[in-house]
Amino acid sequence: MILRTGSRERVGWRVWLPLVTVALFAACGGPFPQSTLIPKGDFAQMVDEVFSATVRWATLVFVLVEGVLIVAILKFRQRPGDAEPTQTHGNTVVEMVWTIIPAAILTFIAVPTVRTIFRTAELPEGGLEVEVIGHQWWWEFRYPAQQIVTANEMHVPAGRPVIMKIRTADVLHSFWVPQLSAKRDAFPNKYTTLFFTTDSLGEFTGQCAEFCGLQHGRMGSLVVVQTPDEFAQWVERNQVGSPLINRGVVAADSAAADTARGAGRAAQDSIEAKGRETFLAAGCIGCHAMVGTPTAGVLTLQGPNLSHFGSRRRLAAGMLPNTPENLAAWLRDPQAVKEGSLMKLPRPLTEAEISTLVAYLRAHQ
Amino acid sequence: MAHAHAGTIHHAEQPSAHTGLETRKLAIWTFIGSECLFFASLISTYLVYKGKSLIGPLPHESSQCMLHGRLQECEGIFEISLVTVGTAVLLFSSFFVVMALNGAQTGNRRRLIGWLTATVLGGLFFVGMQVYEFTHFFHKGLGYTTNLFGSTFYTLTGFHGTHVTIGVIWLATVLVLAIRGKLPPEKALNLELAALYWHFVDVVWIVIFPTVYLMR
Amino acid sequence: MATSVLDHSDSTAPGHTGLWSWITTVDHKRIGILYGATAFLFFLIGGLEALLIRWQLARPENDFLSPELYNQLFTMHGTTMIFLGVMPLSAMFFNFLIPLMIGARDVAFPRLNAFSYWVFLLGGLFLNFSFLINAAPNAGWFGYANLTSRQYSPGLNIDFWVIGLQILGVASIAAALNFFVTIVNLRAPGMRLMRMPMFVWMSLITQMLLLLAFPVITVALVFLMADRTFGSSFYTPGGGGDPTLWQHLFWIFGHPEVYILILPAFGIVSEILPVFSRKPLFGYAAMVFSGAFIAFLGFGVWSHHMFSTGMGPVADSVFSLTTMLIAVPTGVKIFNWIGTVWGGSLRLKTPMYFALGFVAMFIIGGLSGVMHSSPPADLQQTDTYFVVAHFHYVLFGGSIFALIAGAYFWFPKMFGVLLDDRIGKLQFWLTFVGMNLTFFPMHFLGLHGMPRRVYTYPSGLGFDLMNLTQTIGSLILGLSFLVMLYNIWKSVREQPRRIAPADPWDAATLEWSIPSPPQEFNFAEIPTVEHRDELWWRKRKAGGPLPEPARVSGKGIHLPNPSYWPLVTAVGILVFMTGFMAGGVVLNLAGAAILFFGAFRWAFEPTG
Repeated sequence: MILRTGSRERVGWRVWLPLVTVALFAACGGPFPQSTLIPKGDFAQMVDEVFSATVRWATLVFVLVEGVLIVAILKFRQRPGDAEPTQTHGNTVVEMVWTIIPAAILTFIAVPTVRTIFRTAELPEGGLEVEVIGHQWWWEFRYPAQQIVTANEMHVPAGRPVIMKIRTADVLHSFWVPQLSAKRDAFPNKYTTLFFTTDSLGEFTGQCAEFCGLQHGRMGSLVVVQTPDEFAQWVERNQVGSPLINRGVVAADSAAADTARGAGRAAQDSIEAKGRETFLAAGCIGCHAMVGTPTAGVLTLQGPNLSHFGSRRRLAAGMLPNTPENLAAWLRDPQAVKEGSLMKLPRPLTEAEISTLVAYLRAHQ
Repeated sequence: MAHAHAGTIHHAEQPSAHTGLETRKLAIWTFIGSECLFFASLISTYLVYKGKSLIGPLPHESSQCMLHGRLQECEGIFEISLVTVGTAVLLFSSFFVVMALNGAQTGNRRRLIGWLTATVLGGLFFVGMQVYEFTHFFHKGLGYTTNLFGSTFYTLTGFHGTHVTIGVIWLATVLVLAIRGKLPPEKALNLELAALYWHFVDVVWIVIFPTVYLMR
Repeated sequence: MATSVLDHSDSTAPGHTGLWSWITTVDHKRIGILYGATAFLFFLIGGLEALLIRWQLARPENDFLSPELYNQLFTMHGTTMIFLGVMPLSAMFFNFLIPLMIGARDVAFPRLNAFSYWVFLLGGLFLNFSFLINAAPNAGWFGYANLTSRQYSPGLNIDFWVIGLQILGVASIAAALNFFVTIVNLRAPGMRLMRMPMFVWMSLITQMLLLLAFPVITVALVFLMADRTFGSSFYTPGGGGDPTLWQHLFWIFGHPEVYILILPAFGIVSEILPVFSRKPLFGYAAMVFSGAFIAFLGFGVWSHHMFSTGMGPVADSVFSLTTMLIAVPTGVKIFNWIGTVWGGSLRLKTPMYFALGFVAMFIIGGLSGVMHSSPPADLQQTDTYFVVAHFHYVLFGGSIFALIAGAYFWFPKMFGVLLDDRIGKLQFWLTFVGMNLTFFPMHFLGLHGMPRRVYTYPSGLGFDLMNLTQTIGSLILGLSFLVMLYNIWKSVREQPRRIAPADPWDAATLEWSIPSPPQEFNFAEIPTVEHRDELWWRKRKAGGPLPEPARVSGKGIHLPNPSYWPLVTAVGILVFMTGFMAGGVVLNLAGAAILFFGAFRWAFEPTG
């Protein structure tokens, strides 16, 4: 292989420098808490195995083919005095080889692919069933067996399969928590299914993965993986005042809700009573089901069920941490926080109303 | 004046040396091929939504028909005998246009004009039958948006009917040319193109008729 | 019947200059230039949309763009680049080159050709007009139901999209019919199918895809318009409809559409690589058959866009396998291109830079495509930036690189002037670096969990640095096109002009045997073809370069008369379609009247 050293150097850096730069950029910038490459659920792991296989083959093919291309460019550059090259029209044997080899490589990808397709189509036994309902632009979660309903934050126990039945209340969405399982689209006229089992405790974020309108970019979800005991406690707290258990019962709900919270009865009464009053007066029950109010027996209205809003880590579908300041800002002007959100206040709230509501909502753990 | 070279246009009524087909005839066949996909999509959608209407009226009689707020037995809305007559007329009109084309190609003016008139009349009869059918259905409660059957049926047969109407206009135009003596044998291709289109419209109906009207 | 008595050798004669001559032209070369200029403008608009998107995404939680405007911009960016950018840029080459490459004087139906252009122009203007009333389409370039229903998209945005695409569809089908018939029937004597230039082959296959795929999206759009305008339930669950129907119909069109976008690029590269390697295309027959096989199979893979919809394991597996299968003929092409270059004597001019760059980038895009073909893996990748990376590698690194290569290659033939090669190479490096900097990190971004079509992203997920990098890359890309504009401007303006001879590149096909730019009638005498790469064979037989072809008078050659009826008919279509959105039945009827009037006058005017 006769190469002019000078020309090789001159061309070579133009090839590897950008690639290395790009690779550096791409690899840096971590950590990546929502990454598909750090699977923590079994579904995500099965998917990652197939993916890794394809990456290995793709890298091999990439290096070989690009390598040959680059060698060709360097080796066959026209030099002064070059004769006309041999006018090859083709080579049947070579062409057959480079048809068969890729077909063979693809078989090595196809087999684990089909196997994983069928494995991931089998629902595990003994799963915790969660109904996932997409809304513009938040997630509703219902647990039929536990008879609870919540929004945006799905708690699950570690070590037990979670089986999600997914649909939408309006347009198409897609439920995706990358580290736990892959994604599945949500349709209005049927259920789709997804599942995962994980042993990793902690919080896992997700985002809607099917363009669903104005605030598609702000439709996050959170899966909280807890120990079985913690999960049971969470379930119990959410069962208080759950419309799935106590449909339409008002007084008993409010008392139970108060009891569940524990501390200072008088203070609680005041926050609860004043808060409820404001909640009704401001028209919140037009869209939000809430324990202790006339909408206590309703699963969900247009907006999320707020009966246990105080215990959620984030608000506005993962957009902001659920702090008093953020909640106040949200109540002051939801459109300023999440433009186009379907939360349109019937009338602006006074500062007094806002602080009352903040206390009220935060008290509903 | 005429160039025998391939690569000239318009006056090259001579067939291409490569395919043996006149260019405009090839164009019509190509267009027909494309239109097949158009109707295939419409027919497929009709089939996919067959039996999925939430309420009636329904095409064929059914014991599970949601009409006026309750599930009941209802008559099918189709009048097969009328449509069968229309179908027969349309099929015959394809034969008529073949006769007319023969008249054009052999310079037989009477044959050309007579059979072409019959073709146009046949087409008009078919369109008339469809207009009557649509009006009749509308009065029986099947609007465009009443149910999936209405939407898919009217869209499919409506587009077909539009194609028939365009065919009728085209054939009528050629008929006027023929009456004015402007369709000598060397220009018979003008009729042949319209006839090919007409046959296509007929063939589409041959698929629609059993699929929509006869299949249950 | 009047015949044209214009002196065909003098392109400044009356009737050949001025705006009116462009409005009434039926000359395929002029129509090609019209397509090219218009498409390039739309392409720059699409690029501006991209730059705005990238500026918004440069930082997390950015508020440079409102969510509504962002959603309009990404929708229009996709729609513009596909329907108003790549497709009409390909049409520029179809128009200019096909008659020349097959030895014909024009296309089969010159007025239909003009009609296609005017409908395209009007459709593109109609779509972009929506920006002026803040109602640009905003549901993505593939507009999934039921977001596009009247209930969830109450404004005019989606109406603009539906009607705009229907208008553009008419242009595409008319043009495809024209080029298909032209290639099949108007080839010069001796130009057998297996002697045709590869660009003509790929174009032929593309026209067949257009003819078969566009009717399906026409039907899909008719249903959507019916839902929105008349209240039917084709896609809305309320009346029993199924939103999945839209996905199926759209992708049955949409997948062949991506082959429509790439096959002409394959053809361009297959012309350029042999010329600049000074040896024939490796494996001509395999290239023909692989192209045909890709097109055929392209109708059998559509649901690989729907792997996350829960179609069930059998459907998933079938579409996965067909998708993998289509990688085989695609790979064959890549290897054949490398086989063309291997053993050659490479003249590294600008067209060759972009052609080689095409091969390098398309390999990457093809490999990420193979990764998508596995449904389990795709369940993580779909709807993320990983997909965005994939299709930008094949569409930008693929189609756009090839179109730029073609522009540099055929510019001298089209305009008689060579583009500056050094500036061209500068453009190449800017494009290459910019493109990779913009799109390569997107692979990682998607795998690390960033979904697509999001107007912003939170910090703390690791997306920040990659997004910033990508924005910088996009600015470099923008700069690269300014360089291209400068090159064009400079090369046309500067004195002394770098006049291009008939055959500046020592090329193989018939368009290089006539003057640059060609005379109106193309060939003084229709050539007889005896070989593939006919021109190379003639030069070999002559023992060297052929003499510069003379410009002749062309008297006695009959060319079609110019006409304005195609434009009138096109206006009729625009008016008719607009009636579905505003103006009601009155506008439908007026449009139909104009359409029929124009069509009748067109049918009966003397053609000369």
